[in-house]
Amino acid sequence: MASVVPLKEEKLLEVELGELPSWILMRDFTPSGIAGAFQRGYYRYYNEYVNVKRGSIARLSLVLAAYVVFNYRRSHKELKHERPRKYH
Amino acid sequence: MNENLFASFITPMMFGLPLITLIVLFPSLLFPTSSRLVNNRLISLQQWMLQLVSKQMMSIPNTKGQTWALMLMSLILFIGSTNLLGLLPHSFTPTTQLSMNLGMAIPLWAGAVITGFRNKTKASLAHFLPQGTPTPLIPMLVIIETISLFIQPVALAVRLTANITAGHLLIHLIGGATLALMSINTTTALITFIILILLTVLEFAVAMIQAYVFTLLVSLYLHDNT
Repeated sequence: MASVVPLKEEKLLEVELGELPSWILMRDFTPSGIAGAFQRGYYRYYNEYVNVKRGSIARLSLVLAAYVVFNYRRSHKELKHERPRKYH
Repeated sequence: MNENLFASFITPMMFGLPLITLIVLFPSLLFPTSSRLVNNRLISLQQWMLQLVSKQMMSIPNTKGQTWALMLMSLILFIGSTNLLGLLPHSFTPTTQLSMNLGMAIPLWAGAVITGFRNKTKASLAHFLPQGTPTPLIPMLVIIETISLFIQPVALAVRLTANITAGHLLIHLIGGATLALMSINTTTALITFIILILLTVLEFAVAMIQAYVFTLLVSLYLHDNT
């Protein structure tokens, strides 16, 4: 293994390809671990794009657009029948 | 078309998991907490708006009623943000469910009435009889006032549900009509214009919360402090 830092603390983009399965298995999947992952992701996005002094509206609109896409995927099954077709 | 019209009001479940908890919690992501004196733009805007609303709404009741300020401000933020997020395409609005609105209306109304009864019993009971009624009318009027008191939480909840649901349904219907009429030209432009106006009017869903909280506040004020 050609890594200096212990495997457990490497970020995803710095893990080498041969180590990937053991990296995935080593992350903790307990509920508090998953909550910690969400928290870290949220704060990374927030601190980089929203928490600056003159944040733009573009980043907030990105969050809302992601919300729209999420809802579209959720209701895709019912929306399939409303497409304009000759034979439903 | 009949089944599809009401399909957007079904409680969303995905793989059997109640997705609705995520959707109800989502507006809280858009209101970050402030930890500094001078914050970023989003928090400053929200703080300014909150100050405006709370000054306008909390100046009316006296000291005892002003302890409810936190509750009422979070109520107006929650209902306002939930209604506005429901205007985005394909999204689900939790306030269209009567169960949730009743869960919000009944505890708040009951708290106001019970506070009024505990602290100013005589004055609260005196609300049941307006001043200067002729004597033969008194029994009937007491009954009518009691009914009007107990109908208040139901009216609060049903008002919010009915308004938001009716608005969403109208948008669905008129949008569907526009799509169907696309092959016939002149009517299409007219109906699209009506949709636009209707959507703008519906964005006064924010006015809806104003109505909600204001009504609640008036009732609270009357019952509590007079």
